[in-house]
Amino acid sequence: MSNRTAAYRALTTHRLFWPVVVLVVMLAANTVYRPGFLSVQMRDGHLYGSLIDILRLSAPLILVALGMTLVIATGGIDLSVGSLCAISGAIACLYISRQPDQNSVGGVLTALALGLGVALVLGAWNGVLVAVIGIQPIIATLILMVAGRGLAQLITEGQILTINSGPYKAIGVGHLLTLPLAIFLALAAALLVAAVTRRTALGLIIESVGGNAQASRLAGIRSGRITFLVYVISAACAAVAGFMMTANVSSADGNAAGLWVELDAILAVVIGGTSLAGGRFSLGGTILGALLIQTLTTTVYAMNISPQTSLLFKAVVVIAVCLIQAPGFRARFTRRRAPATGPAPVSEQPKEQVPA
Amino acid sequence: MTTLSLLAARTRSRLPRRHVPVLATLVLLLVLYGVGVSQYRAFSNIQVVFNVFIDNGFLLVVAVGMTFVILTGGIDLSVGSVVAMTAMVSAFLLREGLPAALVLLVALLIGPTLGFLMGCVIHFFDIQPFIVTLAGMFFARGMCTFISGSSIPITDGFWTRMSQQRIGNPSGNFVSISVLIAFAVVAVAAYTLAYTRLGRNVYAIGGNSQSALLMGLPVGRTRIAVYTISGLCAAIGGILLSFYTLSGAPLIGVGMELDVIAAVVIGGTVLTGGSGYVFGTVLGVLVLGVIQTLITFDGSLNSWWTKIVIGGLLFAFILLQRLIGIRYK
Repeated sequence: MSNRTAAYRALTTHRLFWPVVVLVVMLAANTVYRPGFLSVQMRDGHLYGSLIDILRLSAPLILVALGMTLVIATGGIDLSVGSLCAISGAIACLYISRQPDQNSVGGVLTALALGLGVALVLGAWNGVLVAVIGIQPIIATLILMVAGRGLAQLITEGQILTINSGPYKAIGVGHLLTLPLAIFLALAAALLVAAVTRRTALGLIIESVGGNAQASRLAGIRSGRITFLVYVISAACAAVAGFMMTANVSSADGNAAGLWVELDAILAVVIGGTSLAGGRFSLGGTILGALLIQTLTTTVYAMNISPQTSLLFKAVVVIAVCLIQAPGFRARFTRRRAPATGPAPVSEQPKEQVPA
Repeated sequence: MTTLSLLAARTRSRLPRRHVPVLATLVLLLVLYGVGVSQYRAFSNIQVVFNVFIDNGFLLVVAVGMTFVILTGGIDLSVGSVVAMTAMVSAFLLREGLPAALVLLVALLIGPTLGFLMGCVIHFFDIQPFIVTLAGMFFARGMCTFISGSSIPITDGFWTRMSQQRIGNPSGNFVSISVLIAFAVVAVAAYTLAYTRLGRNVYAIGGNSQSALLMGLPVGRTRIAVYTISGLCAAIGGILLSFYTLSGAPLIGVGMELDVIAAVVIGGTVLTGGSGYVFGTVLGVLVLGVIQTLITFDGSLNSWWTKIVIGGLLFAFILLQRLIGIRYK
C-alpha cells in the first residue's frame, strides 16, 4: 500500500518500539507528577537532576546486563552475577580496609585487581561447568548463586564492612566532565563490548553458537571456547558493577549487595528484544532495557511507594513485554499469520545497529 | 559400616541407574547423621530428628510441589514469594477479624490461582517458565509489601492452637501438627506420581514432551496442572509457615525457591525432567535440615556456611547426575 503505512508498520513492529514507548510514557508521567523532573541544573561544576540520577544509578545494571546479553546470546543464562557483585565488592573493600592509608590510589587499584581476578576465576568456573562438563547453564550458575552469597558473607565475616577511601568512592559517586564517573564507566564498557562484538566477527560467532552450538562446531567454530568466554566476560562485568555498588555506599554487605540484580539484568535483556532462546542479541536494546528498569524504580521511589512494591510494577512490565514479543500472543491480536514453523518474526528484521 | 557399603555395592549392580542419585542422597543423609551422632552426644536424641521435621515442614511441602514442576522439565521461581504472600494475606485477614475457616480458604486459593495463570501463560503463549514464574515471583513479593510494609502478628485462636499443639509419645518427644500435614501432602503426591494417570503424564512430558504430544497425552493440561499443584503446595507451605512463626512478614522466604530447587536436585530429581521421586525430595529436604542442625550444634560455624555447603552439594549431585547421564548414552 502507501509508503506511509509501510513506514508506520515498520516502526510499530520494530522490536525496540514498545520499550521506547514505555520509557517515554514513564518519563512523561514523571514530568506530570513532578514538573521539575526533566530539569538539569549546574551546581558546583557538576550536573544535577533526576535524569542524571537515573543514568548514574543504572550504570551497574547496564554493566551486568551487557555481560548477561552475551551469555543469553549463546543460549545460556548467568544467575550468579548478583553473588559475583557481592564477592568482588567484598574483596575490594576488605583489601582497602586492611590498608594503612585507605586513600592511596595504588592500594585501591590493587584492591580492584584482586576483586576482578577472583571474579574472573569464578566466571571461569561457570564457564567450565557449562562448556566442558555440559551442565545446563541455569543450574550451573545456580550453584554459584547460592554458594556465592555464602562466600561474600564469609569474606566480610557477616558484617557490613565500611571503608573510608576517596579514590574507591569515586567509582560510585565521583564526577568527570560535570557528569558522574559511573556513567562513563558503563559507556566505556558498552562501547568496548560493541566494538569487539560488532566490529569483529566475535558477535556473529556468538550468535551462531547460540543458534546451534553443534552446527557451529561442525562449521569450524570452537563453540566450547566461545561459551566459556561469555561467562568470563559476564563475571568481569559483574565485578565492575560490584565495585560501583559498594563504592556508592562505601561499604560491602555480603547479604544485600547485588541482591536480585541478576533478575533485573535478565529483564533488561528481555525487554531489549534479545530472545532467551539465544542466537541473536541487541546491545542497544539491553541498555534501553536497563534504563527502563531504573526509570521504573526511580519513578516508584519518587511516588513514595515502598521499594519492594516496585516489584509489583516490574512483574506487570515483564509480562507485558514478554506477551507483546511472543509470536503466539501477537497472532491472536493482529491479522498477520502466525509463523507456524520457522523463525519468529523478530529474526526477519534487519540486524540492529549498535550505537557507536 | 563395611558390611553396609558391601551390601550397597552388591545391590547397586542390580539397581537401575535412575535409583543411584536417590541412593546417594540416602547414603549422604546417613553419613551426615552419623557424623552428628559421633560428634555430639545430644544429637542421638530422637527429638533432634523430629525438630528437623518441625523446622522444615513447610519447606518439604513446597519442595514436593516443585518436584512436579521439575519432573516436567520446568521450573517455578515464584514459590518463595507465594509462601510469603499466603502467610501475609492470612495474617492481614485475621487482623481484620475474618473467621479462621474463611481465611484458610482464601489463603489456600491464592497460590493455585496464581499457579494456574502462570501455567496458562507458559502453555498458550509459549513463554519460558523461567521468565513467567519470575514475573509471578515479583508479583507475589510486591503484593506482600503492598499489604503491609511490616510484620503482622497472628493472635487468632485456631492458629495459636495449631502452632502449639504437640503430638508426642510418653517419653516426651513430639512433633507439631504441621509435620503431620506435610507427611499427608508427601503421601498424596507420591501416590499421584506413582499410580495415577496425571503422574504418568508428568513423567512422559519430562522425558520428551514432543513424543508425549504425539502419543496423544494432554500435554497442555498437564503442564498447567503442575504449576497449579506447585502453587497449591506453596500456599499450604505458607499456611504451615504462618503456624510456625505466628506472623506474616513481607520479606520472609526470600531466596527460599533456591533452597527448594536445591533440595529437589539433591534428592535426585533430574533437572531436565522425566526422572525423580517424591521420596528423594524428602531426603533432599532432610539433608538440608541436618546440615543446618549440624552447623547449629557446632556453634563455631556461621550460618553462611550453610549456603556454601548447599552450593557444594548441589555441585556434587549435578555432577553425579551428569555422569549417570553420560553412561545412559
